[in-house]
Amino acid sequence: MSTYQIAGALRGGRRRVAVADPVMTAAGCVVALVVLVALLAPLIAPYDPNAVDPAAVYAGPSGAHWLGTDDTGRDILSRLIHGARPSLIAPAAVVLLATAAGTTLAIAAAWAGGWVDRVISGVLDVIFGFPGLIMAVVAATIFGPGLLVPVLAMSIAYVPLIARVLRNSALKERNLPYIAALQLLGTPTWRIWLRHLLPNLLPIVTVQATVGFGYALLDIAAISFIGLGAQPPQAEWGLMVSSGYPGILSGQAGQVLYSGITIVVIVIAFNLLGSGLSRKLLGEGL
Amino acid sequence: MSSPLLSLEGLGLELRVDGSYRSVIHQVDLTVGRGEAVGLVGESGSGKSLTARSVLRLLPPGARLRGDIRFDGMPVPQSGSSALRTFRSTEIAMIFQDPRAHINPVRSIGDFLTEGLVTTRGLPRRQAEAKVVALLQEVGVADAARRMRQHPHELSGGLLQRVMIAAALAAEPKLLLADEPTTALDVTTQAEVMAIIDEARAERGLAMLFITHDLELAAAVCDRIAVMYAGSVVEDLPAGALHDRSAHPYTRALLASRPSIGERGGSLRAIPGRPLSAFEVGAGCAFAPRCSRAQETCRTQRPSLSPAGKGSAACLFPGSEAPSV
Repeated sequence: MSTYQIAGALRGGRRRVAVADPVMTAAGCVVALVVLVALLAPLIAPYDPNAVDPAAVYAGPSGAHWLGTDDTGRDILSRLIHGARPSLIAPAAVVLLATAAGTTLAIAAAWAGGWVDRVISGVLDVIFGFPGLIMAVVAATIFGPGLLVPVLAMSIAYVPLIARVLRNSALKERNLPYIAALQLLGTPTWRIWLRHLLPNLLPIVTVQATVGFGYALLDIAAISFIGLGAQPPQAEWGLMVSSGYPGILSGQAGQVLYSGITIVVIVIAFNLLGSGLSRKLLGEGL
Repeated sequence: MSSPLLSLEGLGLELRVDGSYRSVIHQVDLTVGRGEAVGLVGESGSGKSLTARSVLRLLPPGARLRGDIRFDGMPVPQSGSSALRTFRSTEIAMIFQDPRAHINPVRSIGDFLTEGLVTTRGLPRRQAEAKVVALLQEVGVADAARRMRQHPHELSGGLLQRVMIAAALAAEPKLLLADEPTTALDVTTQAEVMAIIDEARAERGLAMLFITHDLELAAAVCDRIAVMYAGSVVEDLPAGALHDRSAHPYTRALLASRPSIGERGGSLRAIPGRPLSAFEVGAGCAFAPRCSRAQETCRTQRPSLSPAGKGSAACLFPGSEAPSV
């Protein structure tokens, strides 16, 4: 057997190991499903999410309205389906911005070391001290409600989540001899970052971003719940929980229940997917 | 002949350890002429690798470098400058001890080899690949085209070291820094790799600074030997004079502590005491505590390199008679 064949067998072997994590597979399916639903919302939703029907206020589950209707007769299922879009896009934006900034800062800190590292790490520690929710609430009270301001505020708040973990890994990676060898070849720093450091850090970035997504979704829903995020009549899960709230008093808990369960299930799915990825990509649980 | 290709004068280096500075190189004076091979020999921790890295300013953050490093008569560019990048990629190439650690495992061999040519020379990819394949064949890699597509884990250590040598040659440097290039390889592969380096050097008129702890190997492949102890060069002499004409007690003790094929029987003469780290060195000669010839002055006065025997030695009482250990 030549080296080549052995290497090939090893590679095949690694692929074979990479199957069967039922929990992660299930979580991945839930995530994939909800993303699909968000993409196809107008096609699969049975009703216009904002179409009021005075004749069917607080209708119970039926063939016409699977999950019933809300206080103005809007179809709850259609609102959940359409609500997937803002409910997913907002945390996605948070994670995307935070990951981009966090990765850059982490690599920069690990690369430069010295006072640059101390300044970046110090600032990250300070930001880490403020819960994302508080920062989003403060920002929304200053700049007015809506999804944009809380998303930007939370992007900043989530930077340490990515950057602190990544800085350590980047530091380890940066001190590996192959980086020095690349420098000697005259490889420009940006190229080392982009083509060599980043690909080797990608597994950690992926895991942190996935877990962060779950947290961000929950936080955004909370912001909407307290009225500083998505504004009525937009269909958004957190907002649906809060606008369905009064209904509980008159025995109409359906909207709160369904939107609440949706949030919980999806957050859990992202968390399980994240820890599954962590086991798979990094070989360690979260 | 004008100035030497590489000259180090009064090189000193301090590294930050736990917030305070520790001296790891005290005094290195060394020159490498054009086309000359110089062996830098010393035990682990004597500062030989860091000496080579200092030349390229490839040092950990916060390192303090003293002294004068000149290449081709010009000072080596300041760190962080683009001139340094050009300098590193065109003038000097380095061959590392552990090739597996020095090649990004997620990139292919071809990517690694063409990296320098494409990014700093601006060579088109095709051209760079053709050049590199030719180099791989030159260093004895069969089936070079296929190797280019493989990843480091698919190659053996000896093969990877050849890839490393090819990468070094691709830059068309004037000086090769070889940092224990054969230490991680088994003995038969060692000989092959040394032969490849030797041949490539002869063909191109390359100068080499060969770092090793193998005194015999250095004597075999180099023109001149510089012996380092605890952060300083203690002796610098022609390779041919090593066995008979070395003047520094440390060099002589090293030679005496090695087994040789010629003389059988008898126990090896170990050097008493333990090797000092550079930062532990006091005022006097670093070797004094272990030296059989040490006098009172050796403990208070630090010798510097001065002519002795066929080269120069940093010893107050150099001599060529065997030390009585």
